[in-house]
Amino acid sequence: MSNKRVVSSTINGQQVEFLTEPQQSLLECLRDTLGLTGSKEGCNDGNCGACSVLINNRLVNACLMLGIEIDGKDVVTVEGLANVHELHPVQEAFVLEDGLQCGYCTPGFIVATKALLDRNANPTEDEIRFWLAGNLCRCTGYDKIVRSVRLASQLMNDAKEGPQ
Amino acid sequence: MKTFDYEAPVTIDQTITMMSKTHGQILLLAGGTDLLVQLRSGNKDVDLVIDVKGIPELNQISYDELSGLIIGAAVPCSQIYESQPVLEKFPAIIDAATIIGGKAIQNRASFGGNLCNASPSGDAIGAMMSLGAICNVVGSEGARNIPIEEFCIAPGKNALETGEMLISIQIPSPRPNSGSHYIRFTPRAEMDIAVAGVGASIELDSNLDQILSARIALVAVAPTPLLATEAAESLIGQEPSGPIFEKAANIAKQTIRPITDVRGSASQRKHLIGVLTRRCLDIAVNRAVQVS
Repeated sequence: MSNKRVVSSTINGQQVEFLTEPQQSLLECLRDTLGLTGSKEGCNDGNCGACSVLINNRLVNACLMLGIEIDGKDVVTVEGLANVHELHPVQEAFVLEDGLQCGYCTPGFIVATKALLDRNANPTEDEIRFWLAGNLCRCTGYDKIVRSVRLASQLMNDAKEGPQ
Repeated sequence: MKTFDYEAPVTIDQTITMMSKTHGQILLLAGGTDLLVQLRSGNKDVDLVIDVKGIPELNQISYDELSGLIIGAAVPCSQIYESQPVLEKFPAIIDAATIIGGKAIQNRASFGGNLCNASPSGDAIGAMMSLGAICNVVGSEGARNIPIEEFCIAPGKNALETGEMLISIQIPSPRPNSGSHYIRFTPRAEMDIAVAGVGASIELDSNLDQILSARIALVAVAPTPLLATEAAESLIGQEPSGPIFEKAANIAKQTIRPITDVRGSASQRKHLIGVLTRRCLDIAVNRAVQVS
């Protein structure tokens, strides 16, 4: 029996309406209904962070929310970070510091890093590692990710100061 | 996940009416960080999920001297540890709120949900129990208060009757010269579940050399989080010191009924309760001295 509801929210700056059944997770809605496959399904129980997204500027796991819960909310996924001309500084930094290998966890790390740097422009290594504890990477050994976050912090601070 | 219905009422009355009129299994949804995992794994069946995050009383955190701290049942950990009165007056609550899950979990998971889940390893439950929290509950028969040590009755089972819901948790204002702490042992510092945990609050006299009152809560070492009444009583009237903490820790070790499971053995848990109780009391006393 279909029991679809209309959900209306802002996703990556665009007003979006979509249909969901109550039991569908936000991750299912993003990937299967809206075609936003940047957010990945890893563990599907809140351990790996591959599905990290921002809801009203707060970091959450899309697998641990129902799609219906984002009605009226503002959602940012990894697709919302770059614009048509350039990568987001966090993405740029992960490329420059080789902060990824297979890349499956990367969208989650990028979104979680953005959430960190929006709150704390100059995190220490401890703060970076603590903040990213909810994101798992089985390739990099994390050091390159930490370096990427430090570079991202630098790039974002430079951008704030404007062109030299 | 199996199909279910979903409602998001905006008042307590609406929710109570909805619960009394619905046939079948109802579950209340706050942060969902446990509930969705349970539903997905088939551990819980449900016909109607009621999302309570739209109800103002469940979403507020407030403090005044008379009422103490009132944490709405759906308030997430991050909102708790960003709250100024909690930062100033309830250190054990900060300890627990900042070690549950990781950042993404803390933005969703609520203390109310942690409590209603009634897991033996609920960090929030241990911290709140050490501070003498009262659970404010409403049902079709009216409102009642349940002391937190009576709220969890078995693993995964709480004291709510059918048709009742948790509205908020109320924690009395700290007494002068008092301090609290929550500490746990986990193999990994973040994103882990307690092998054992201890919460404690201590009140000292004005000279800071005598313990006037104490509460100790033990986590993940019995079917429910446990209030260690005898261990706490052994401290009363004593001057805070290592040997006194050691004695209380030994009594605490006798109170527990730990099991061996995937996270640790019963004997490891017993050992941990000794170590953690001593450390927890030491830090709670230090905090009491600092605030005085």
